[in-house]
Amino acid sequence: MRFVFKTSYDQDIGLFRHEGQRFWYALLAVALLVAPWALSEYYLAQLVLICIYGIVGLGLMLLSGYTGLISMGHAAFLGVGAYTEAVLSARGWPFSLSMACAVLLSSATGIVVGLPALRVRGIYLAIATLAFGFIVEEVLTRWEAVTGGNSGLSVGRIELLGWTVSGTTQFYYLCLALAVACTLLVRNLLRAPTGRAFVAIRDSEISAQSMGIHLAWYKTLSFAISAGLTGLAGGLYAHKLRFLSPEQFTVLQSVELLMMVFVGGIGSVHGAFFGAAFVIALPQFISVIAAKLPAAMGSAAGLQATVFGLVLVAFILFEPLGLYGWWFKARTYLDLFPFYRRGMFRRQKAFQKSDRLR
Amino acid sequence: MQLTQLLVSGLSQGCIYGLIALGFVLIYKATETVNFAQGELMMLGAFAGLFGTVYLGLPFWAAFVGAVGVTALLGVLTERLVLRPILGQPAFAIVMVTLGLGYVGRGLITMIPEVGTETNALPTPFKDEVVKLGGLVIGMEHVVVIAVTVLLCALLYGVFRFTRTGIAMQAASQNQLAAWYMGIPVQRLNGLIWGISAAVAAVAGVLLAPITFVHANMGFIGLKAFPAAVVGGFGSLPGAIVGGLVIGVVESLSGFYLPEGFKDVAAYVVVLVMLVVKPNGLFGENLRKKV
Repeated sequence: MRFVFKTSYDQDIGLFRHEGQRFWYALLAVALLVAPWALSEYYLAQLVLICIYGIVGLGLMLLSGYTGLISMGHAAFLGVGAYTEAVLSARGWPFSLSMACAVLLSSATGIVVGLPALRVRGIYLAIATLAFGFIVEEVLTRWEAVTGGNSGLSVGRIELLGWTVSGTTQFYYLCLALAVACTLLVRNLLRAPTGRAFVAIRDSEISAQSMGIHLAWYKTLSFAISAGLTGLAGGLYAHKLRFLSPEQFTVLQSVELLMMVFVGGIGSVHGAFFGAAFVIALPQFISVIAAKLPAAMGSAAGLQATVFGLVLVAFILFEPLGLYGWWFKARTYLDLFPFYRRGMFRRQKAFQKSDRLR
Repeated sequence: MQLTQLLVSGLSQGCIYGLIALGFVLIYKATETVNFAQGELMMLGAFAGLFGTVYLGLPFWAAFVGAVGVTALLGVLTERLVLRPILGQPAFAIVMVTLGLGYVGRGLITMIPEVGTETNALPTPFKDEVVKLGGLVIGMEHVVVIAVTVLLCALLYGVFRFTRTGIAMQAASQNQLAAWYMGIPVQRLNGLIWGISAAVAAVAGVLLAPITFVHANMGFIGLKAFPAAVVGGFGSLPGAIVGGLVIGVVESLSGFYLPEGFKDVAAYVVVLVMLVVKPNGLFGENLRKKV
């Protein structure tokens, strides 16, 4: 049983709730810093991917989890970021400059996509972003002079302040640093008035508006930041894979990104990274269970999609907060030990609210 | 003449979009949820038809009816087992559930050995036949698509207009609570709507099969039916068909007159323009709460 005594108002919005958390996050930081010595090259590469997908997850979480706007075209932002970075770094631009351009260009695209969000909402927004995702995919395929079309585009190494990032370890540290920076950015944003406004918009647009929140401005801002984070991840993604082709940024990929944040836990910063870890770990898990299944079923490509879909449906039916929900319950159990009750997180009976009359 | 030819092929493609969009709209009107697995239901319907004709050796029309029945049952089961328990959750969660179901459906089909990963031809009695009308040459499968769509629309119109159940469905779609107070079994009707919607999807699937073959990814055409539903106004049944026809014709014309690549995005450009100009669609009603 842990008691948190609040002795100042700042404690309410502090990054850490109590000393224990500070200790555990420090431990996590140390573990991540020594990871290159402890892990093999392969697992380090997986960790890099988790960092990259985690940044995408953060962006999408900010938009969908905290502002409540559905985006089914996030792979397009990833693509814009990746291609900008690839093209500019091929022209010999330094990494910091080209990455800044990638982030800005993705943000600008995000603002353009966000424009319909000012007028439409719910399912219409999902369809507008879906349409945008398709159009970007087509542009990436057809604009061969810049993107290389279907034959793809290879990406060079990162040049940073006269230092070439070579090898997995150095790239890992770069990704880790950026992932931590993005996490802090999002965390700080969420405890600042901007983030509060986002959450207010998610919970009720009408009450947010009547509290003086400028809907158009905050929705556009949310789109811009989210797209910018995704563009940043896109730039890293380009350097990770070192080869880009339009089929990496399809609408299906967007849907998988959405599924990723949902499995991780919608509306939580942890969830972005849990979801990323899940998406990266899933193929390994699949290969384990595929070995146990009959050959015809085990070798099929559909196994992964089936498991992904089933996991998603199961989470929404039984644990709406996703992996973060498990984490949260385990933490609460330990915090409250021995007073945890089973019915504590029972889902309240909810009634469907009609969107038709507004 | 060429223009007419293009128009007819666009219309028959548009009928398919319209039928899938009709499925979205039926479910949306009744339960205010959007079923992103509609395309996958269509794909499953087509596979059921394939199974009936090729593996059970049924005649085409018998397999057609069987496929529609099986898919309708699947729709009812989906509503009962997955959608009803999460009623009242945010719309976003329900959208994700249907996306997940679509994934499962597509994945399971690809796991069927030998059939799932191939493109399969569905044998039809009207294969390779053409109808000559003046100078116009129309493939029989396109004629069948248009004819069946017209029949189906007439049937649905009759059901919703004249039967007791249909009128009850209309009442439930306007105000579920009020309908419930009037003794209408709203939950059972919602299940039935899912069944009807899945059946419509199966019809679209079996009709599309002779044109594009049967394969696991044919459900992606469902993503093109969304623009159709939006163009027609998401809550309007005739609108869904009209929207489908608009999308089909625009696609067919842009495929011919515009440079390569425009055909694939034409539907999305149309829907973006529509959302900016008239978000309620061609036939959408603009409901506002009056204080």
